[in-house]
Amino acid sequence: MKETPLSNCEKRFLLRAIEERKRLDGRQSYDYRNVRVSFGTDYGCCVVELGKTRVLGQVSCELVAPKPNRATEGILFFNLELSPMASPAFELGRQSELLVKLNRLLERCLRNSKCIDTESLCVVAGEKVWQIRVDLHLLNHDGNIIDAASIAAIVALCHFRRPDISVQGEEITVYTPEERDPVPLSIHHMPICVSFAFFKQGTYLLVDPSEREERVMDGLLVIAMNKHHEICTIQSSGGIMLLKDQVLRCSKITGVKVAEITELIQKALENDRKVRKEGGKCGFAESIPNQKITAFKMERAPVDANDVEEQAEEIIMKADPPLDVFAKPILWTPGTAQIGEGVENSWGELEESERGEEEDDDNDPDTLEDPKMEMEDVSIVSKTKKDDTIVLSDSEEEEVVILKPEKVPKKTRTPTSSKQENSSKKVSNKKRKKKRVSY
Amino acid sequence: MGSEPEPGCALRPFAVEQGLLSRPDGSAAFVQGDTSVLAGVYGPAEVRSSRESPERAALDVLLRPKVGLPGVLERSREQMVRRACEAALLGELHPRSSVTLVLQVVSDAGSLLSCCLNAACLALLDAGLPLRSLFCGVTCALAPDGAVALDPSARQEKEARAVLTFAFESTEKRLLLSTTRGACSAKEVEYVRDVHGTSV
Repeated sequence: MKETPLSNCEKRFLLRAIEERKRLDGRQSYDYRNVRVSFGTDYGCCVVELGKTRVLGQVSCELVAPKPNRATEGILFFNLELSPMASPAFELGRQSELLVKLNRLLERCLRNSKCIDTESLCVVAGEKVWQIRVDLHLLNHDGNIIDAASIAAIVALCHFRRPDISVQGEEITVYTPEERDPVPLSIHHMPICVSFAFFKQGTYLLVDPSEREERVMDGLLVIAMNKHHEICTIQSSGGIMLLKDQVLRCSKITGVKVAEITELIQKALENDRKVRKEGGKCGFAESIPNQKITAFKMERAPVDANDVEEQAEEIIMKADPPLDVFAKPILWTPGTAQIGEGVENSWGELEESERGEEEDDDNDPDTLEDPKMEMEDVSIVSKTKKDDTIVLSDSEEEEVVILKPEKVPKKTRTPTSSKQENSSKKVSNKKRKKKRVSY
Repeated sequence: MGSEPEPGCALRPFAVEQGLLSRPDGSAAFVQGDTSVLAGVYGPAEVRSSRESPERAALDVLLRPKVGLPGVLERSREQMVRRACEAALLGELHPRSSVTLVLQVVSDAGSLLSCCLNAACLALLDAGLPLRSLFCGVTCALAPDGAVALDPSARQEKEARAVLTFAFESTEKRLLLSTTRGACSAKEVEYVRDVHGTSV
């Protein structure tokens, strides 16, 4: 599905508003939207909301062989997915330009800034290291994906605990969470991206652009920084030329925003740790508001299972008893067997000439579709089989190939369809004839 | 199957929220115990010509796992949810259009398929699509000793001899979907009752 294009008047309206230093959602130019962080019950699972933009992050780990040129370093892997849920324009499994750009930026922000001590992820040098995989899913796209994704990634990494291990000689023991408490990753610093949108060739500047604003912007500047005011990565895209002063001003704003966000993240992590320690309720159910018209909660709902058995008994009694099954195969000739009595053939004319030789026992093709006629080995009656054996051509060779009485096990032959039966009988007759000839 | 209510015969506490995403036409979060599923619906919308049907709206269901890429299990669940939704959705009212339902697994702690079904129903409802009836899913696990655990957790599911999932519609409590894993007798199948009703 294509994205609905922005009409010219909408574009003009947005740009005019920006010129008048006004934004559609009522923010000032340098205002960041509200950031909300919630955690799942698993370690390393979080949802970050930046205004209406929502990203789900999940960290997982695995023991793998290290890269040959980095024998003592663990592996960090980032994967941002633009789910079709986030916007109708995102297609499944297509590596769009935007996706590649965002993934690369995320890698530069988090892996290349060395915020995680990869050497501590080494188990046995050159043999086993931890691979930390960060999966990020964009759930709702309302602009500024990269900021939300970078916050979600670092929050999930901070929240994550990997299983404890011990190495004794050649043997590596991985402990379950019950045996030993899982250990957190060692994180040096928390880089966070802040995006700036430029309009009218850099005349106007907005922090944290929304989706509408992103559509009319001329250029984008992303600065990743940690709370120590160290710049981790800078990327300018969109083909605008920025002045030195503008970049410096942006980096100053970034410093302020990053400090605020880092504080919020630490508070959220602290909160979650406290709740977990006290054994309180955690998880996404807690992040759903209690008093809201679109939300509903229900406590444990016991189910009355007292008279269920009687009811079940009753239902079974009422139900039609299964029809008698014809389990005894009737062997007509070597190579043809039949289960059940069958009904008159309605195909008629086709077999007229051969009727004389055969017993009149052809099935009506329709009855076999009826489940009541199904025999014990229903599972063997596969549609393809039925279809395969409809032999309409008179070519003897083909038919003989299909039916090899010595080889085909009995069971597969028993539930023959009428069509098959017709043809198989025909075949066997012919085969007999053939045999006679050959004898 | 004793005469007194067993501890296993209860649904875990659940919570739902509708319309929490701004972009999709309808969205819902369904949290049951520690299992959580997010659903988003787009539609009725423009349809790719290959999927276009002159008779009804084409329904696409996508199930996204939390880690890694969707595999065979996800594909089979997608098909199951699609069949159940198609039975409830009045797609004839929107011919030559498409309805896309995206399900995102947020956390899996047992009874995932029934959570997907419930989230799907709530999202379709939120999107304002015409439905024949509401529907809901219930999962139950049969322990090796024959005890029935309704709405099992991941551990219960793992230890169970058989896991059964059913979907019922709300008007006449008819069965929309039934899928089982493991061996069980016909009598045990009858044991499961529709308890959710209309949870919204």
